[in-house]
Amino acid sequence: MANTTAAYERVQAARNSKRPMGSYYIEHMIDDFVEFHGDRRFGDDPAIVAGVGFLNRIPVTLIAMERGDTLEDRIKRNFGCPAPEGYRKALRLMKEAEKFHRPVICFIGSSGAYCGIDAEKRGQGLAIAENLYEMMGLKTPVISVIVGEGGSGGALALGVCDTTIMLENAVYSVISPEGCASILWKDALKAPEAAEHLRLTSYDLQSFQVVEKVISETGKTNREICSALKTILLDEITKLKSLTAEELLDHRYEKFRKIGA
Amino acid sequence: MSTLKTILNTITSGTEQPPRVCKQCGTEIPYSKYIENSCICTECGAYFRMRAVERLDATVDKGSFQEIDRKLKSKNPIDFPEYAEKLEKAEKTSGLNEGVVCGTAKIDGMDCALFIMDSAFMMGSMGTVVGEKITRLFEKATSLGLPVIGFITSGGARMQEGIFSLMQMAKVSGAVKRHSEAGLLYIAVLTDPTTGGITASFAMQGDIIIAEPKALIGFAGQRVIEQTTGEKLPAGFQRAEFQLEHGFVDLIEARPRMTYTLGKLLKLHHRH
Repeated sequence: MANTTAAYERVQAARNSKRPMGSYYIEHMIDDFVEFHGDRRFGDDPAIVAGVGFLNRIPVTLIAMERGDTLEDRIKRNFGCPAPEGYRKALRLMKEAEKFHRPVICFIGSSGAYCGIDAEKRGQGLAIAENLYEMMGLKTPVISVIVGEGGSGGALALGVCDTTIMLENAVYSVISPEGCASILWKDALKAPEAAEHLRLTSYDLQSFQVVEKVISETGKTNREICSALKTILLDEITKLKSLTAEELLDHRYEKFRKIGA
Repeated sequence: MSTLKTILNTITSGTEQPPRVCKQCGTEIPYSKYIENSCICTECGAYFRMRAVERLDATVDKGSFQEIDRKLKSKNPIDFPEYAEKLEKAEKTSGLNEGVVCGTAKIDGMDCALFIMDSAFMMGSMGTVVGEKITRLFEKATSLGLPVIGFITSGGARMQEGIFSLMQMAKVSGAVKRHSEAGLLYIAVLTDPTTGGITASFAMQGDIIIAEPKALIGFAGQRVIEQTTGEKLPAGFQRAEFQLEHGFVDLIEARPRMTYTLGKLLKLHHRH
């Protein structure tokens, strides 16, 4: 899709049920992936797939939002909306990555953190808050890739990183266009208009310096996109690994500090 | 001279304040009585949402507050329609430039940095200015070695500033983290309502988290939860008492005792 494509078309593309999510990239990019489960506090959240593997020959930790393919799988994965234990599993494995000096790669694609009574009882807000806080101090490179819909705080909980990469048709927003339209105009059908105003496309976010790299999808197969992403990830990891822990954290702090300063 | 006085004049002392009417029982309370009673209904005990300036007046030692970054105003970063007008209206009705008041003060003789959110300014929502002011406050407190007390009330991230609002959650979290790593105390006081991106960031990052009785505290909006799940919400859902029961706040403190408790906690954490 061209640079002039309507924002809402990209929202729809980002949500397309055939669009590859985190697991696809892990499968096609990572060798010897071993999935790890559970937050060791409450349970395991299938909306987040996480583990370790090799990116070329570099050991990395992978954390990916996953909504599943079949209806059955989607129900099991709660349509990709993480629960508090999903965010806590992510944080547990990030801490593990820090211990073993592994870079962390997060794949973001979800309409948002799960909104439910149980999620509130288990501290959905706290779980996200802890990730933001701890990721700011994580002494290992963190790269976040927005592959689908980057839905608000639930996306940011895997998005405090050194480099943010976005696929061309992914979106990233403080609120869904439908939510925005129903609050502003009491009419969710005006979502396309809201999408335009929210400036949520990869090109918008790159111009705001919220996102460092955009990977073009136009005319490319999923395999080609995956391969382009892999090249960028390897480059970024090499660059970030050359920094001292202090430089890395200062750089991460500044990346967010400058936004809206 | 002090900027506090300017705010105080516009809101409390300058003109005769009309009586406040309790939303729960309809009682009309003369303003002086209302202030005397910590902005709590004299009849039914319901808590009103306090204005920042009223909180300041009830909390800090007289004349000790030095406001910082009072003049910061939003630049409408994504050119959102009708936002400029909304900001202008919020300024007029609230008498503030933005949804948070920041500064240094003494509480019961103890030095601290303080931020007080005000729901009268666009529901205390966080855009770039609220994020920037709170970040600067934590940075200043870190460099001065001061504890931070935050009175929180907010509907969440401010939609009209798009991704810039969302990023403030990360920005403030970074400043809170650095303040904490310097061994400094942060007390978050959660007041009605504390929701959305604020709960998912600095409201839940305090060393000590205090809630006011019955304050609504949660991540997802109640209507959204009902619509998403089709479930009926249990009584008292997301209230301070619910959060205490589930282990997310350290204590619930009644408003008339809040200053006393904060002073005590500041003294308990004072480094000689």
